Amino acid sequence: MSTAEASGPAAEASGPAADLTGTRLDPVRQPGYRAGPVIHWIRFLCSELSLIFLRWRNLALLAVLAAIPVLIGVALKLSASPAGGGSGQGPAFIGQVAGNGVFLALLSLTVLLTLVLPLVVAVVAGDSVAGEAGHGTLRYLLAIPAGRTRLLGIKYVAVVIFCLAACGVVTAMSLAMGAALFPVGPVTLLSGTTISLGAGLLRLVFVTLYVAGAMAALAAIGLAVSTLTEHPIGAIAAVLVLALASEVTDSVPQFAVVHPYLPTHWWLSFDALLRSPIAWPELLHGLTSFGIYVIIFGAIAWARFTTADVTS
Amino acid sequence: MSAGYRGAGQRDEISFGNLGAEPLPDKISQAAGGASPAIATSGLSKRFRGGQLAVDSIDLAVSRGCVYGFLGPNGSGKTTTIRMLLGLVQPTSGDQELLGVSMPAGANTVLSRVGSLVEGPAFYSQLSGKANLARYDAADRTADRRTAEARISAALDRVGLLSAARKHYRAYSLGMKQRLAIAAGLLGPRELLILDEPTNGLDPQGTREVRGLIREIAAGGTTVFVSSHLLAEVEQICSHVGVMRTGKLVFQGTLEQLRGRGATRILVRTAQPARAAEVLAGLGLQDVQAGQDEASAQLGEQPPEEVCAQLVHAGVPVAGLATPRPSLEDLFVQLTGEGFDVDG
Repeated sequence: MSTAEASGPAAEASGPAADLTGTRLDPVRQPGYRAGPVIHWIRFLCSELSLIFLRWRNLALLAVLAAIPVLIGVALKLSASPAGGGSGQGPAFIGQVAGNGVFLALLSLTVLLTLVLPLVVAVVAGDSVAGEAGHGTLRYLLAIPAGRTRLLGIKYVAVVIFCLAACGVVTAMSLAMGAALFPVGPVTLLSGTTISLGAGLLRLVFVTLYVAGAMAALAAIGLAVSTLTEHPIGAIAAVLVLALASEVTDSVPQFAVVHPYLPTHWWLSFDALLRSPIAWPELLHGLTSFGIYVIIFGAIAWARFTTADVTS
Repeated sequence: MSAGYRGAGQRDEISFGNLGAEPLPDKISQAAGGASPAIATSGLSKRFRGGQLAVDSIDLAVSRGCVYGFLGPNGSGKTTTIRMLLGLVQPTSGDQELLGVSMPAGANTVLSRVGSLVEGPAFYSQLSGKANLARYDAADRTADRRTAEARISAALDRVGLLSAARKHYRAYSLGMKQRLAIAAGLLGPRELLILDEPTNGLDPQGTREVRGLIREIAAGGTTVFVSSHLLAEVEQICSHVGVMRTGKLVFQGTLEQLRGRGATRILVRTAQPARAAEVLAGLGLQDVQAGQDEASAQLGEQPPEEVCAQLVHAGVPVAGLATPRPSLEDLFVQLTGEGFDVDG
């Protein structure tokens, strides 16, 4: 009743404001209108996704991700023709590609995970909140009000979808190149068993999802860092430095004690999916590690973002 | 009661009868007919982490339907106050209510009824004006997707940007950007519009347009809270003013009350200034001064025609009589201090 009273001036006005008022009934006073928060959530998410995916910078990053498997494929084709398979040097899977194009996807993911994929994810995740703050659009989003927790949730979901897209682009492009340049057939797993091409492709989908999960954990770190600053470049650099420092630490045997706790340690454990039976302990270790990173850094981002003064 | 309010032109006809010299929040809300005030704060303060007290215990009282000018020099705490009102910055202490809802706790429910422009426009430069409004509309959980198109067009039309709707934001002129920001505040029905320096950076034409728009919005019954450091602007559109100085609210009331604050002097042009000064002093007027061919004094509560009669009665040849009031600018400077960086 008091809200109906309060609505007086706006609702009864016959001035120019009424033209606007007339175009919709005010939802605040419409009982039951809020029944569809999911629809509003999806609408906001779509808006967020279109901002991410229609941005030239992000499209260029995806193009780079698509180009690298092509380069690797061509390079392998040129070098592998006379000599046959590799001789144990270089990244994992490099020897198998010439025999089966499906392995190009695994090789590409392995190569890109060292730098390019984390870079791409760091750019989008680090930019997520800091970019809005830097542009000043954050204050308008919050005054709308988008809701701080809701905005953060949407941002994270959108970045995770971008991670999926990034990994998907690598896998899809590698498969296309692999099929074009090399023979494709039943897949011989790391444990020596051979499975059909269909089953092999299914495993590849799981590998892609696993890598996307690893990137989603990195994205949670990126989101947290992003809430700490209004300079997107700073946030992006910080995330990348963190990822690289973790990789370096992971490669130093003297630090073996901390290795399992490093955010990057389990990234390449997707080879657990390429054994028969699947090496579940290692796989679950990896997934648990990602989940814990998402929870910890999600909580940091939330705690920071819901209490911070927005002065940008 | 206030729906017919049309800004400066009718300023004098509006009477807030029971509004005393010291306006109190409850008095103002009574004047507005019992509805909760548009903005009410008590003891609102903000101390930033550096220790700087940006806003020092202010009690704002903005009644419904008025156009409230929030004045103060740059750095006096206007923007910080507005950021607190919108829930962007947490107050260090004090309470605040928007449209009767406690902030910042009620931010998610009340802010959808409040349109705002904070510290200049901010949009996505790669998007068109229309896409920018669609973006902000999508973030509003109370906005209906089905009417978005119509509401966006209406808002753009309202600020005269419909023809530039598909142009990239980065190609907009400063005035267009400012108007787009106002359009963003008009995407839904608003009961309160908070505009921080809406004419900042605009050319005279743009300033006029924005002023006209504010009057029009206010005429529709929306309460408008507009901050500015431009006195002339406030004078033309506002019914009420609050004046900030280094974080403190040093005046709040109607524009008339602000004018009334200035002590009016009486100025007598005469060939016998000394004699006139004697008469003025005899009438009990303060601060009597005698010049070459004029005498002046603080008028106080004396009716000027009475003083004139006394002067004539005493045989002073009165060649001219004037009661100049101090300009608003003088009053403003009196309240906020002179020169740059007044209070450090």
